[in-house]
Amino acid sequence: MPALNRVVVVGASLAGLHAAQALRRQGFDGELTLVGDEPHYPYDRPPLSKDFLAGPADAGKLRLRPAADPDALGIRWLLGRRAVGLTRHELSGGEVVLDDGEAIGFDGLVVATGARPRALPGMPEGVGGLHVLRSVDDARRLRDAFDAGPARVVVVGFGFIGAEVAATARSRALEVTVVEAAEAPLARVLDAEAGLAVAELHRGHGVDVRLGATVAGLVAGEGGAMAGVELGDGTVIEAEVVVVGIGVIPNTGWLDGAGLTVDDGLVADETCLAAPGIVVAGDVGRWPNPRFGRLMRVEQWDNAVEMGGYAGRRLLAWSRHEAVEPFAPVPWFWSDQYDRKIQLAGVPGPEVAMAQGTLAEQRFVRVYHRDGVVVGALCWNRPRQAIQARDLVGREAPIDEALRVLG
Amino acid sequence: MRVVVDFDLCESNAVCMGIAPEVFEVRDDDMLYVLNETPGPELHERVRQAVERCPKQAIRLEED
Repeated sequence: MPALNRVVVVGASLAGLHAAQALRRQGFDGELTLVGDEPHYPYDRPPLSKDFLAGPADAGKLRLRPAADPDALGIRWLLGRRAVGLTRHELSGGEVVLDDGEAIGFDGLVVATGARPRALPGMPEGVGGLHVLRSVDDARRLRDAFDAGPARVVVVGFGFIGAEVAATARSRALEVTVVEAAEAPLARVLDAEAGLAVAELHRGHGVDVRLGATVAGLVAGEGGAMAGVELGDGTVIEAEVVVVGIGVIPNTGWLDGAGLTVDDGLVADETCLAAPGIVVAGDVGRWPNPRFGRLMRVEQWDNAVEMGGYAGRRLLAWSRHEAVEPFAPVPWFWSDQYDRKIQLAGVPGPEVAMAQGTLAEQRFVRVYHRDGVVVGALCWNRPRQAIQARDLVGREAPIDEALRVLG
Repeated sequence: MRVVVDFDLCESNAVCMGIAPEVFEVRDDDMLYVLNETPGPELHERVRQAVERCPKQAIRLEED
């Protein structure tokens, strides 16, 4: 059996922490090192675009509970240190190289380096008033910018981050314009009709929504301060704060040259094993989910918890030559915008049916199906049905049953 | 084991209900109801999972 005495987890966030916790729970008593490029203990990101941004919330409250007592799991924390390289030994094991040149040897490795915000093409760095939102430090900067009372905030990108930032900015009585290149919000996640319902929700709360609008460039004011955004049609929207939320890029650069398969994330097998003794978890991981028969990379809170725990157990099973079931979750996420709780269980499908409510009511259960089988459900202020839908998708229930249960 | 929910934190995401419906129920008023505050040993593992998977960390357990 391959010896598993030293495990390194790269990525001190939700997935990495849950991998570490699972390793300890399953009896791993060797050396466990967690490397994180931020100087903070693992914290919760969903509040960053909501409560934390809305008011004087305490960053301490963001700490993830398994890390409440940093000594509890017997972890060697290497925080504020970035992994820049990976060297692998012939059969398994190797070293993680950190930004200061130190090499950390491992027998087993958990890759949980997450993702970083995508920048606008051609956008200069260090422009005043230009923001992204991923880390607590990003959130603090943006909150400070909101505190200064800008005349207008422009959000570029109508994904979930953009939508939540816009909602929070409106809750602070700021004027907001959202600019989205696609003809409907959330085009990567929802069908167009449902996406347009999100646009209506925001318009109803006073957001200036511009769909099918590209960004040509930023307009600089005096002293390099932000003055606004120029759209592709020449329109200029004056704004002192611009928040870019146009998706993320998986953090895989440090894996270059290590002989792993990287393609929009670190690609693993259906058990999250990327190579002997190397598992992947969270936003950075792409694996064939047998339930949906395709490669998936899931940028969701619940997936980070579940995949982290799974990856920790998988690594131990590898060292013990034990067989494991494939990782086959039904994705689920939530997004809070104004007084709406938006939840998607499963994935959108080619056919749509309303189990209850209407898009206009903004309280509904919208079921996606394929070949007579339910594959997902979008629920607005219907949390009970979202969780029931998750179960129905997991059981591959017929659409008739799904409409009956969720109706 | 006693189940304690911080209702100031709870946002009725209903994840707990999906894992342990014998203990947690989100009703059509969108509120969470704890059906059994002292679940038996056969439920402990799933209740612990529900605690872990709560996106608001709103559930905690007081062990006997």
